[in-house]
Amino acid sequence: MGARTALISFDLDAIGAMSCNPAIGGLGKGHLVREVDALDGVLGRAADAGAIHYRMLNRSKGSAVWGPRVQADRVRFKAAVQQIIRAQSGLTLIQGEAAALVLEGGRVVGLELADGTILSAPRVILCTGTFLGGVLFRGEERFEGGRIGENAAKRLAHQLRGADLPMARLKTGTPPRLDGRTINWAVLETQPSDGEGWTMSPLTRARANPEVFCAITRTTQAGHDAIRANLHRSPLFSGAIAAAGPRYCPSIEDKIHRFGDREGHQVFLEPEGLDTHMVYPNGISTSLPVDVQATVVRTMPGCERAEIVQPGYAVEYDHIDPRALTPDLQVRAIPGLYCAGQINGTTGYEEAAAQGLVAGLEAAAAALGVQGPQLDRGNSYIAVMVDDLTLQGVSEPYRMLTARAEYRLRLRANNAATRLTGLGIAAGCIGEERRAWWDRREALREMFHVKHSQRVHARELADLGLPVRRDHGEKSLSEWLRFDGITPAALAPWLSEVTALDPVLAEEMAEDAAYAPYLARQDAELRDLRASEALSLAHDFPYGEVPGLSNEMVERLTKAAPGTLAAAGRVSGVTPAALSALLVHARRLANGQRAA
Amino acid sequence: MTSGPTIFALSSGAPPAGVGVIRVSGPQARAALQALAGRLPPPRRASLAKLRDGAGGLLDEALVLWFPGPNTATGEDLAEFHCHGGRAVIAAVESALAKLPDTRRAEPGEFTRRAFANGRIDLAEAEGLGDLLAAETELQRAAALANLGGALSRQVESWRAQVLGFSAEVEGVLDFSDEEDSADLPECFTWNIAALADEIGTWLARPRAERLGEGFRVVLAGPPNAGKSTLFNALVEKEAAITSPIAGTTRDVIERSVALAGVPFTFVDTAGLRVAGSETDADPIEAIGIDRARTELARADLVLWLGPEGEGPDGAWEIAAQADRADFIAKPTARFTLSAATGDGIDALRAALMAAARDVLPKPGEATLNARQHARLAEAGASLAAARTLHDPLLVAEELRRARVAFDRLIGRATTEDMLDTLFGRFCIGK
Ligand SMILES: Cc1cc2nc3c(=O)[nH]c(=O)nc-3n(C[C@H](O)[C@H](O)[C@H](O)COP(=O)(O)OP(=O)(O)OC[C@H]3O[C@@H](n4cnc5c(N)ncnc54)[C@H](O)[C@@H]3O)c2cc1C
Ligand SMILES: Nc1nc2c(ncn2[C@@H]2O[C@H](COP(=O)(O)OP(=O)(O)OP(=O)(O)O)[C@@H](O)[C@H]2O)c(=O)[nH]1
Ligand SMILES: [Mg+2]
Repeated sequence: MGARTALISFDLDAIGAMSCNPAIGGLGKGHLVREVDALDGVLGRAADAGAIHYRMLNRSKGSAVWGPRVQADRVRFKAAVQQIIRAQSGLTLIQGEAAALVLEGGRVVGLELADGTILSAPRVILCTGTFLGGVLFRGEERFEGGRIGENAAKRLAHQLRGADLPMARLKTGTPPRLDGRTINWAVLETQPSDGEGWTMSPLTRARANPEVFCAITRTTQAGHDAIRANLHRSPLFSGAIAAAGPRYCPSIEDKIHRFGDREGHQVFLEPEGLDTHMVYPNGISTSLPVDVQATVVRTMPGCERAEIVQPGYAVEYDHIDPRALTPDLQVRAIPGLYCAGQINGTTGYEEAAAQGLVAGLEAAAAALGVQGPQLDRGNSYIAVMVDDLTLQGVSEPYRMLTARAEYRLRLRANNAATRLTGLGIAAGCIGEERRAWWDRREALREMFHVKHSQRVHARELADLGLPVRRDHGEKSLSEWLRFDGITPAALAPWLSEVTALDPVLAEEMAEDAAYAPYLARQDAELRDLRASEALSLAHDFPYGEVPGLSNEMVERLTKAAPGTLAAAGRVSGVTPAALSALLVHARRLANGQRAA
Repeated sequence: MTSGPTIFALSSGAPPAGVGVIRVSGPQARAALQALAGRLPPPRRASLAKLRDGAGGLLDEALVLWFPGPNTATGEDLAEFHCHGGRAVIAAVESALAKLPDTRRAEPGEFTRRAFANGRIDLAEAEGLGDLLAAETELQRAAALANLGGALSRQVESWRAQVLGFSAEVEGVLDFSDEEDSADLPECFTWNIAALADEIGTWLARPRAERLGEGFRVVLAGPPNAGKSTLFNALVEKEAAITSPIAGTTRDVIERSVALAGVPFTFVDTAGLRVAGSETDADPIEAIGIDRARTELARADLVLWLGPEGEGPDGAWEIAAQADRADFIAKPTARFTLSAATGDGIDALRAALMAAARDVLPKPGEATLNARQHARLAEAGASLAAARTLHDPLLVAEELRRARVAFDRLIGRATTEDMLDTLFGRFCIGK
């Protein structure tokens, strides 16, 4: 977009280091990766560069819930990130500790580093991850820091706490890493990489690395007994960590505590790279003491002799209540300051990347006096997440799920570019390479449209053995695609030629055709939604004065400060009667102002 | 709190009556109590007080009640005067109230509007109130009251909660299936959806609220001079139609709505239908009237056939009219033999008509759906019906979501056009 930008980090060489599982994508998260990529973010391309294992989760279900996921080689992933950011024009990399925000008249005007350097800038984005007031826990041990072996950002945390921003604490954890040479792979069921050709980013021409397999093992009763016997030594249960952790990927001690009746929990053994023996046992995140971790690991089949290279731990950290942010991720109380990533109460690389993108685009747009891309719940998971965060806040680390998106049928991982790249071009954030790709693809899309509108008679389909009645008349190919049992492959005689030109686009357009009736109904819903987005509420709207709102509702609405009436309707707990009262009050205020 | 003038109205039946309840709502309600009763009684407890006007003259001795807002029916401060129900007393109390500052007589429906604007009732309940205001018959009033009481809203909330439960099951399969916890959907899943779809189906099949407004439509038909208009006048208890011995007196359709013991009816008198071939006798105007009569026959809930036996439309009741006449020709299969002139048999016909109407119209006290609500519920029903036949959990989830959207619109949870229309159209709120 042409903004002059500086990136400050404790250790420049650590940018692109993954704190935990080097896996990128998954259910809901894969959508975010594709969307970030569609707006020319880094994550998708870097993931492809590091990928050593690919799997399309939910392949057996409808494509709107497919979740592309890769496991990356840590080293290659980081190298790719480093290469991309170092090649980025207009970006200056600065190593150091961000010690304090420089404020002037309540606005951010720059940043002070620990060595006293002052950088002035009208827009500052904080993405400090778990480093704000981070404390690591492992059994009875405590360390300060955001990741094992790294500093915590204490001064900055202190300043933010002092600034009266609503802060809270959350926790997350990571499992021990195993030495792959000490695992008996031969006895384990394996899961190969899917062997298909898809990549995270369409700019990646082909898969880059050899693909490795994962293995599957399980926790056992003996292991569960060891965990139960030592629960009191886990900081989660001893009371040392009070903060809420993610319900969607709980620690193993949580699982045993909550679902103790289970015979065993599945654990995926995932190689961390091509040149390392480190293995990530997915499913046993823990903060138990090291000796218990070892016992538990060794009760799993195939891991009887496994060695722990690095023990697991839990981390408790500060985050900002994201309801303090506006939809561009700007801190409402401190203009010019933006927050993105785990600091906003989310978990995951993909969630962090998506927010980084939003905050970056919005901050740049604001600095340059232009408009950022128009994202909303009807066009992206990114906006769904930002809307959820800023309206609902978090009570546990926020993770993307497809169930969060009401317009899921149109928000597919495989049509992210169609949905967003055009908006990115309008906002000025798309680089030349993607621009060229886009132009080629839009030309192809035209050809596909022409092919899809060809009319074919039912007899011809029936002659091919397809399940249609011969008297069904003549329809366009896109209409035929709505019929059960008629796939793009079945229509190969008419489509194979164009499909070969771009199989991914072919698939996307066939799905559009198949889902067309549903999409049309959603269009009507979206028009309605966008209309009610037109009724705006001031950020200091006097909810306390609206009759019929309970105190709890007043508090929630005040914290969430919904920008529009439609957003207010999404704040949980707002009843229909309260919403109508709000609407009436908003109208009255607006009319009163007009009259005055 | 919604500000604006304080309003009052007689909220019990028209005087004279045993008691007259006058309600006052708004910021001045407290002052009104103090002014008329001389003091503010303890909240929510009836106490006896002497009511006096500004000059100190005694108006009445009455029960007074004080309900401080916002937890009141209107969401505002509310006062009630339970006076003696004579016209003079009520008029006196009302005029004393009208003299208080910033206090005036309520417009029709204004209490409801305030309740809605103050978040005391939701959309379906407000519509109930709107219907209540428009209610002309006892049946209509009972139906409106059921909706106002939240019967429909409660029902919809419970359906919505069930659908939310179904959604959670499908979403579990969609979002967590790669984790071990989630299995496939249980077998009973589809049955449960089907059961709910059926339940909604029975609601949709019920008579609609508009039926109450239109009433049970009874058309009188038969050849000229059969005595249709005379019977019509007897049934509507008014000389609404001209009668005469001249064949072809009634040339157009005449319709009258009346309530028989609280049950709404629309009676329709028509031009006499001339037997085939003789229509050439009819002048062009009468011919148009006959055409209209035929249209009416198609719209009718019930036809009273005063013509020759067996020549009326299917399902019509055979009526042998003018039974008092010397030249009366009996109809062997007549359901009713009567004379509009003497009144013989009319009561029996009326009783039978009421029984027939009650079967078709909404039951008293039963929540009813108006056209808007019916349309939303039909959407929800259609989505559920689709959900039970689909196999792709993704599409099942989408249909369930649609059903929830429809429920939300029904009760106004979503800020959609429905709500705006109702708010700003029907209730003139916020103007
Ligand atoms: C133990 C653990 C396990 C996790 N497990 C998983 C997992 O399995 N799957 C998953 O998807 N996600 C997991 N996560 C979450 C994921 O790592 C984070 O959500 C994501 O990395 C957050 O990205 P971020 O950019 O917000 O912050 P981070 O990735 O934490 O990056 C913050 C950066 O800011 C720098 N920094 C902080 N403060 C300062 C300062 N004052 N001055 C200069 N530099 C500073 C840090 O050095 C760091 O480089 C885990 C996180 C942790 C800590
Ligand atoms: N004695 C007697 N005369 C009746 C009775 N009903 C109708 N009449 C008379 O019969 C004549 C015709 O009656 P209407 O009610 O006008 O007949 P109609 O069927 O409406 O006739 P058209 O409007 O011409 O189709 C009038 O003179 C009535 O007074 C009855 O029950 N008893
Ligand atoms: Mg007549």
